Amino acid sequence: MSGLAPVPRPEDVHSILATDCGSTTTKAILIEQRHGAYRLIARGEAPTTVEAPFEDVTRGVLNAVREVEELVGRRLLDGDIILTPMQQGAGVDLYVTTSSAGGGLQMMVSGLVLQMTGESAQRAALGAGAIVMDVIALNDGRRPHERIKLLRQLRPDMILLSGGTDGGDVRRVAEIAELLVAAGPTTRLGTGYQLPVVYAGNQDAAGVVRELIEPHAALKVVANLRPALERENLRPAREAIHELFMQHVMAHAPGYRQLTSWTPVPVMPTPAAVGLMIERLARRDHLSVLGVDIGGATTDVFSVFPGSDGEPVFHRTVSANLGMSYSIANVMAEAGLENILRWVPFPVDESTLRNQIRNKMIRPTTIPQILEDLLIEQAIAREALRLAFEQHRALAVGLKGVQQERTISEALHQSAGGASVVDLLEVGLVVGSGGVLSHAPRRVQAALMMVDAFLPEGLTLLAVDSIFMAPQLGVLSTVHEQAASEVFDHDCLVRLGAVLAPIGTGRPGQACVTVEVSGPDMAPVSRRVSFGEMALLPLPPAGAFGRVSAVPERGFDLGAGRGRPVSARIPGGSVGLIVDARGRRPFELPVAAARIERLRAWHRTLALYPREV
Amino acid sequence: MAHAYLPGLRVTARTALRRERRLPVKGSVLVKVGDAVGPQDVVARSELPGNVQTIHLASRLDVDPGGVPEVLRKRVGSDVRAGELLAETQGLFGFARRSVVAPADGFIESVSSVTGQLVLREPAIPVEVNAYVRGIVVEVLPGEGVIVEARGALLQGIFGVGGETWGAIALAVDSPGAELAPGCLRPEHRGHVVVGGAFVTHDALMRARELGVAAVVAGGLDDLDLRRLLGRDLGVAITGSEDVGLTLVLTEGFGRIRMSDRAWDLLGARAGRLASVSGATQIRVGVLRPEVLIPESDSGTAPVKRDAEEGLALGSLVRVIRAPHFGRVGQVVELPAELRKLETEAMARVLVVAFPEDGARVLVPRANVEIIDL
Repeated sequence: MSGLAPVPRPEDVHSILATDCGSTTTKAILIEQRHGAYRLIARGEAPTTVEAPFEDVTRGVLNAVREVEELVGRRLLDGDIILTPMQQGAGVDLYVTTSSAGGGLQMMVSGLVLQMTGESAQRAALGAGAIVMDVIALNDGRRPHERIKLLRQLRPDMILLSGGTDGGDVRRVAEIAELLVAAGPTTRLGTGYQLPVVYAGNQDAAGVVRELIEPHAALKVVANLRPALERENLRPAREAIHELFMQHVMAHAPGYRQLTSWTPVPVMPTPAAVGLMIERLARRDHLSVLGVDIGGATTDVFSVFPGSDGEPVFHRTVSANLGMSYSIANVMAEAGLENILRWVPFPVDESTLRNQIRNKMIRPTTIPQILEDLLIEQAIAREALRLAFEQHRALAVGLKGVQQERTISEALHQSAGGASVVDLLEVGLVVGSGGVLSHAPRRVQAALMMVDAFLPEGLTLLAVDSIFMAPQLGVLSTVHEQAASEVFDHDCLVRLGAVLAPIGTGRPGQACVTVEVSGPDMAPVSRRVSFGEMALLPLPPAGAFGRVSAVPERGFDLGAGRGRPVSARIPGGSVGLIVDARGRRPFELPVAAARIERLRAWHRTLALYPREV
Repeated sequence: MAHAYLPGLRVTARTALRRERRLPVKGSVLVKVGDAVGPQDVVARSELPGNVQTIHLASRLDVDPGGVPEVLRKRVGSDVRAGELLAETQGLFGFARRSVVAPADGFIESVSSVTGQLVLREPAIPVEVNAYVRGIVVEVLPGEGVIVEARGALLQGIFGVGGETWGAIALAVDSPGAELAPGCLRPEHRGHVVVGGAFVTHDALMRARELGVAAVVAGGLDDLDLRRLLGRDLGVAITGSEDVGLTLVLTEGFGRIRMSDRAWDLLGARAGRLASVSGATQIRVGVLRPEVLIPESDSGTAPVKRDAEEGLALGSLVRVIRAPHFGRVGQVVELPAELRKLETEAMARVLVVAFPEDGARVLVPRANVEIIDL
């Protein structure tokens, strides 16, 4: 997949160009070594050019790089090619890129029993970043010809075939394979390749499956994703999906082949690159981290929590149909208008809002120019983030790698009540990324969007990726860790501060928590916050540390138990400490006119917007 | 400095209209290079494999899957008629005999001794591809289809629903700012491509469908009416295959938005002429926009103007595509190099547009305009 040029030695790399071809925007960053340290020098962006008349992803890359050229006043391109290595002040020593410009991956999955292998297959596909169009199983209530019709009509990009535990009945797996062959599925994106099919079922049936499917589709056989009822092994299936996705779906994004020829490093999918950076951060700072990257078409959620053995375990989910431009109308469809409107502090009529969301969908690169538009987009973002987080929690259900053990009864009740490994009280740091968070005009807006969407509990640090370069740094870290790490710390991660949210509920105005913040070069601040209110307390600036001490009232818990105080030394940040006494478990927004009044009061307290809207 | 924009949709009076007409599976091409074709002419034909019925012989006959071949009364590959015997067991001394008959006409595609399943393939479904646009066959893709070329006008819409259709253009309102109300539609619009102005309502679409209108082209539509038309909320913008009884092309977007003068003038000047229309829209991989193609009546040899794809420049005609100036057309009078602060406090690359009607000059993010080709 990569070009022919060798990767230069790290010590020979002084100037790096890195791009991320998103589904909406292509972002380019220039990193240079100055006084012994790698720093971000300039950033450019341009619309991703999959749309006619360009229909070539490299045009967007070149446009973004030209913007960087203009900003730094030096030549990086030689015509329509990125100039490497650097010669007489022109060009760069290394070019790397990530891409999510292939759009969504649409999959059908199948298992023998809907609630067993069907669900495992679904988890594998969702975890690999797919939209699951439908799940076919022998007990799905459909007749065989209905299943065949479905397979034909939906025209998935890929099919994941699973079913049976190893050593189980071969016949029923073969039945599903026969169904697939009878449907004669074709590809969605052109006729130049066979439909990719991943088989991750009963290994005893692999031979029969091969015999049946190989003449008709590009089959890849991997280890069973449910080798035993109480054991789930999703990784091989996910990796195979990922590999076929790169080979088949992304390779059909116009211009992708040329893009790969420009870089000596394999083009990395955007979510994989962001995940690398999040994982690195969690390990380094010994924190449970929740990361989110909200894009135009998809929203990725990453989490790193301690596993059963205490070792950090990384989970990633990709909500392929939740995003702020291409998928914005799907956020409306999934969340419901009332859920979006509950975050908007002014009356909006349904018809106007629907039209506004649709217009963003059909013209995905536009940006809000007026404040009302910005508030509505941020309301939609809260819902997209909330839904993506819900999907993540539902999927990160004890998936502790290859040897995930479950009892049979747990496996049977999994969809009803599988305990998520994502513990909101355990989260030490929430990192947000993606245009609507990274480009929020005020940092506090990004902080509150994340708080509203995830509802962290106790004390949680907040940060954003300053200008959304975690993808570029992620791919760079695979070949130049020092450069990636230095730029990540100095130029990428922006510490916002923290949120303190007592668990519990009460009457509005009832005493809830007393908080004190102290730090170097600042007078200690103490504030008593009532239930239903929010407060913003200063913290030392980023780079310095402060101490937060809080005493919850009886009935409220900050993680140490009801009414028990907590104290922690935390890094400062540009926003400060948000005290969120709006309640947890449950969190409830007021209704009707009281809702608008409360939202406005919170916005005023946090100085969220330049004027009241 | 002119990169933060997207080129506008094409509204072109004279261009080459090339459309590939391809079968979903291999078949035969019925025309040759140089043939003149009309939109309804079938250019290629094939057969899709018929529907499949799976019959669980093993369980129906209560035999082991491995024993199924022995009880078959028809060979794999043979044709059968509905009701014809497929397999039977002898039973004990001829008693308790069990049998399975064909549920439909077709042929026996396979019988598995692993699953005990018989696959019956029903007769093939004929599939035809028409020319869609009036023109000349310029290339034959052997076994797959043809490329039809014409010269004429092209109007790309921003969003559409419904498949390919054609008909004569009829203006149903008198200005690009008018609403296409049910009362504007008359029986003589049957089979026509009806052009509305700024807005079409659900009632008007229902009336158009009732009258047998082929397609409606209008500036805008309320999303609530789209939901009523489709019977669901559209999640991802991939359309073209819905069966809503007509094809709809929106030129501007959602809401009441005056149809651009260029689109209105182009369609108005061609009233009565045959147009081919597709509502297929895809705003993801392989972007597809809905279209109205109007071939010239003469074959035409005038040079075809290449559409401007250059960047934004002073003097460029642009349309604002987001509030607060949504839908207005003006000329670029300033292209500041530095980022400017918007009302939202976001720093953005901007331009200054002058609107001809009132001379107003306004600041607009470059991301919120589209270039109008001249």
